[in-house]
Amino acid sequence: MAHLTLDPALIEQCRKFASSIAKPIDALIQTHTTVAIERAVLRLLGVEGAVEQGGQWFPEVNIIVEDLRRENALGQGVLHWFINGMIQTRMTPTELAKATATRKINLLKLPRAPETEVQKIALAQCKAARDHLVAEREKRDQIRKETGDQFVPDGSQGPLIYVIVATGNIFEDVIQAQAAAQAGAHAIAVIRSTAQSLLDFVPHGATTEGFGGTYATQENFRIMRKALDEEGRRLGRYIRLTNYCSGLCMPEIAALGAMERLDFLLNDAMYGILFRDINMKRTLIDQHFSRRIIALSRIIIHTGEDNYLTTADAFENGHQVLASQFINERFALNAQMTEDLMGLGHAQEMDPEHPNVFLYEIARAQMTRDIFPQSPIKFMPPTRHKCGDIFYSHLMDAMFNFVGVLTNQSIQLLGMATEAMHTPLLQDRWMSIKNARYIFNGAHDLGKEIEFKKGGVIESFAAKVLEDTFEHLKMIEKKGLFKAIEGRAFAEVSRTETGGKGYDGVLLRAPNYLNPFFDLLK
Amino acid sequence: MSKIAEVNLKKLRPYGDIMDDGTIQLAFTLPVEATPEAREAAVLLTQKMGFDQIKVATMEKAANGFAFFVIYARLKHTVDFTQIKVLKVDAQKRSREEIDELIRTRIGRKLVVLGACTGYDAHTVGIDAIINMKGFAGDYGLERYQWLDARNLGAQVQNEDLLKLAIQEKADAILVSKVVSQHNIHIRDLKELIQRAEKMGLKDQLIFVAGGPRVTHPMALECGFDAGFSVGTKPSDVASYIVEEYLRRQSSQKPQENAKVTAVSGKGKKRGGAK
Repeated sequence: MAHLTLDPALIEQCRKFASSIAKPIDALIQTHTTVAIERAVLRLLGVEGAVEQGGQWFPEVNIIVEDLRRENALGQGVLHWFINGMIQTRMTPTELAKATATRKINLLKLPRAPETEVQKIALAQCKAARDHLVAEREKRDQIRKETGDQFVPDGSQGPLIYVIVATGNIFEDVIQAQAAAQAGAHAIAVIRSTAQSLLDFVPHGATTEGFGGTYATQENFRIMRKALDEEGRRLGRYIRLTNYCSGLCMPEIAALGAMERLDFLLNDAMYGILFRDINMKRTLIDQHFSRRIIALSRIIIHTGEDNYLTTADAFENGHQVLASQFINERFALNAQMTEDLMGLGHAQEMDPEHPNVFLYEIARAQMTRDIFPQSPIKFMPPTRHKCGDIFYSHLMDAMFNFVGVLTNQSIQLLGMATEAMHTPLLQDRWMSIKNARYIFNGAHDLGKEIEFKKGGVIESFAAKVLEDTFEHLKMIEKKGLFKAIEGRAFAEVSRTETGGKGYDGVLLRAPNYLNPFFDLLK
Repeated sequence: MSKIAEVNLKKLRPYGDIMDDGTIQLAFTLPVEATPEAREAAVLLTQKMGFDQIKVATMEKAANGFAFFVIYARLKHTVDFTQIKVLKVDAQKRSREEIDELIRTRIGRKLVVLGACTGYDAHTVGIDAIINMKGFAGDYGLERYQWLDARNLGAQVQNEDLLKLAIQEKADAILVSKVVSQHNIHIRDLKELIQRAEKMGLKDQLIFVAGGPRVTHPMALECGFDAGFSVGTKPSDVASYIVEEYLRRQSSQKPQENAKVTAVSGKGKKRGGAK
């Protein structure tokens, strides 16, 4: 495999900056919780019911957590109250959740059991929940084994074929996903309904209507997982399932993804802040707990650095992508994730008419490969410069596939010829998979046959991006992450420490905060 | 004398490689297995569309129970090109320098332009291409114009908030970008904005411009907007329209506009000078 010669000391220094950038955030994480973390805790205990409110199903976990927050009682952690409730009422988590959410029981008005007993039961409940996650993980590993899974995180076997489905109807998604698997896809992402990330609750049940995608719900996860397991067995090939662990319900989606055996979750430490205007403290606290669950379940995360290239110029902003990858890597390590679970993202988004554009795209892709050699890096397709000329778009995707296989990208999100027109038709996806299979097969070992010219255009460009990244991280470290984001360090977007959505869901932990998951998820 | 037939505009038909051959390529999927019966079904459907000389270039099994076709055929129908009328955005194309000069000399103050992706739409690629400094395809964004005060409000701006801000900032034009079009959500959102604007008495105070891959000028007009721009639009196209429309309105209601100019010129410019 051809590699670029990059200064290892500079890479090392970038990692040091990332580590020191994350340090103050760690202090914040240790002293705070959020409504979403507390809801995730209940979900991990198996609470998944919903109450009908004005024709809509509203999750029990939201009602329980919201009631406690309103009474300023959430700082102790939902378990402080909920476990005591279980002791006092002798109900199971599911029964108590229903009784509390329908306001038949008020957790704050029950007599208190001794704290040691509450702690003991809490630990036992959380251990059982953890054991369930481990069992689901092992079940997933078993199915992978049975279906002869070939995926290698370091990309040495060539890119994995990843496509999206986005019909809005989970049952139609199943048909599209199975068709994609038959055509050769290895991973299916069910795109979420537009702006689900801004909902402060996870919708309930199987859903058949969405905008630009399908709601992420526990039931939808189950339906798709089952369909892909069946299809995988028929094809003798494991099919990975992906969803979106971002937005205001990030920890809950991580919990649901872990319980329903998802393989990949889109999870970025800063995406919500920059692109969804979610409060930065909320996002950074939430991402940590999400990633603790993800680490235990050994789910691969995909970070969203591709977005920096769709909003800002791809030619000039390579250093923002790399800086963000270093930061995402550090936050993931701090959540006890291993490198083989970090699908650091980037994209091929340079202006296709730029002279020698592929030299620069190859430089960026190879640089990402070489700086994160163990990570299942994720390569995203051209979108920004696509238009209705589907024939030209198809060609752009072919070149994207070529760069992907040449540089051993691990996960290749295939481009669609009809990008910018509609969510993919069955035939669009089929055509795109055929394109990728042709190129991945035909150029499978090309990367092993070439080497990059010392000091040539490709190597010099990568070196320049790395130097710019060093400077960028140095600046961020000096200012602090919050101030740097305010000063438009990423994607030319400015956010403030107390601005954005979901800030009121950030709470200081009380001295007797109870959440054994922080000790158990490792 | 030419040996090649000339185009007959009264009876226009597609061109493959010989004038008036009517050649068209089609691609579609049928939700049945790729069998000889499926192929026949594709041919029959193509006939019903008004084609003859149908050649199935390929039938592929796209998945179990799905057959994908590429077909070439000759279209029987023609249209009279000479009778076609299309609503177009009425503006002369000008360069950034010309537009700045026009605003400076004829209006004498910066025009305030607010742009946003409204509703739940989170796709800012269109509005970014038009407003952000960098622009699109070598055409600088509206932020770069010396005589425009253009602001990109980004994604998921609610219609209500957009209009409130328009009042607060004394905006002259509003640009709305809509990318997500599933279930016609883009049309609903666009209409809703205009209804709100009408209620607030803003409809005639502002120039309303819509843009997006599924937006056309006639569709934008139907939604109550003043103009609509589709894929490939450059920032200078939008700026040319805004300034021309502003001047058109100024000349048709001179007294009020003068009053507005005086009122607005009093406010301090937050982003003075060249950017």
